[in-house]
Amino acid sequence: MERRCPYAPPAEYDELRAENPVTKVELPTGRQAWALTRHEDVRAMLADPRFSSDRMSPQFPTLVDNTQLRSTFRPSLISMDPPEHGPARRAVVGEFTVRRMEALRPRIQEIVDQAIDDLLAAGEPADLVTHVSLPVPSLVICEQLGVPYADHDFFQQHSSKLLNRETAQEDRRDAVDQLTSYLGKLITEKEAAPTDDLLGRQIVKQREEGKVDHEALVSLAFLLLVAGHETTANMISLGTVALLEHPDQLALLLNDPGVTLNAVEELLRYFTIAELATTRVATEDVEIGGVLIRAGEGVLGLSNAANHDPAAYDRPDELDIARGARNHVAFGFGAHQCLGQNLARMELQIVFDTLFRRVPGLRIEKPIDELDYKRNSTVYGLHSLPVAWS
Amino acid sequence: MKIATDVDRCVGAGQCVLAEPAVFDQDESDGTVVLLTDSVDGETAERVREATHICPAQALSILD
Ligand code: SF4
Repeated sequence: MERRCPYAPPAEYDELRAENPVTKVELPTGRQAWALTRHEDVRAMLADPRFSSDRMSPQFPTLVDNTQLRSTFRPSLISMDPPEHGPARRAVVGEFTVRRMEALRPRIQEIVDQAIDDLLAAGEPADLVTHVSLPVPSLVICEQLGVPYADHDFFQQHSSKLLNRETAQEDRRDAVDQLTSYLGKLITEKEAAPTDDLLGRQIVKQREEGKVDHEALVSLAFLLLVAGHETTANMISLGTVALLEHPDQLALLLNDPGVTLNAVEELLRYFTIAELATTRVATEDVEIGGVLIRAGEGVLGLSNAANHDPAAYDRPDELDIARGARNHVAFGFGAHQCLGQNLARMELQIVFDTLFRRVPGLRIEKPIDELDYKRNSTVYGLHSLPVAWS
Repeated sequence: MKIATDVDRCVGAGQCVLAEPAVFDQDESDGTVVLLTDSVDGETAERVREATHICPAQALSILD
């Protein structure tokens, strides 16, 4: 299903939600799965431990064929179920608390200011994706993890290959291998001499517990690096377009920096860029929205549909930065809710607060329906965003 | 209004801290919820209700 216009969820969602909120759909792989479109049902499913996140399970309703990856790929947090998931998540979630993210604020502000300097220095027209959207989250996650930013071209390339649904299986395999061996080497170095960063601290923590789990660290680093790159970058680009296209909303934001918090939640809801992160497979028979889902059946919790459910939001297809959309499921819900959500929030707040103040004449150099959208990616977004300002 | 937390369920998302930092905090090491007070009223109670609703792990409950 395609997004109706670059900004609205596919029209089919509204129909499904109204007529068939829990319905069988056919996936590109030819398999069948249930699609959930109501906010309430998606939340209930995600909070229910009878749905598994094990992406390597042959029953998991993947959109692309991943049989080649299945044999060797070590599951990371997103793919774990209890009882492994809880302790593994707890081992890192302390790195992403609200308080810790708040402590990063000055450094993130510096990074954002530097990125905007670079944008302005590049001269008009410049690509916002190259100068701001990608480097900000990329630098932040590299510093957090302790991965050399100098290598960012390498992992950006491979991570976008992985997220592109059209990438051939061999190329996907190759991207995974390259990233895994790169991170494997990096972690081996850190094991020899732990550095004071997330990966180094995890090594020390594991030792204190009498563990050495090199592979688990590689898969954690992999997940955080890939997730930390693309998602926030796309939200920066799309959010910028949406705010420039809604001058009344932008004016609200500029008049009162206090609304940025809510604005970020609303932009997250409005776009819901990682809509299929909320896919699961039932491990038992479970009733959702009055329909019996049998053990072994796949379920797509369509979070973009859920986030545009009129039962949860008035005028859901309108951007309303004042609405206070905190209960959105753009970060998922339940035990797997995005680990990096508070980091993402902080980055987005700082970018939107800084960008429009420092570059008041900012405008997009192309009609918005001609922009280069990522229509075939697991994470929705923009490949480039040409802007000018004078 | 009294609040209770179920630390075993908590997944450290920090949604509660964002909703009401005067009532909720997170443990430094494992990110799990820490209650700064277990009894609230007025507007704070409203925000605690919201926190209970948005907590992804359903780890917060209101006792009365
Ligand atoms: S919102 Fe829920 S899961 Fe997140 S820290 Fe608070 S109690 Fe824990």
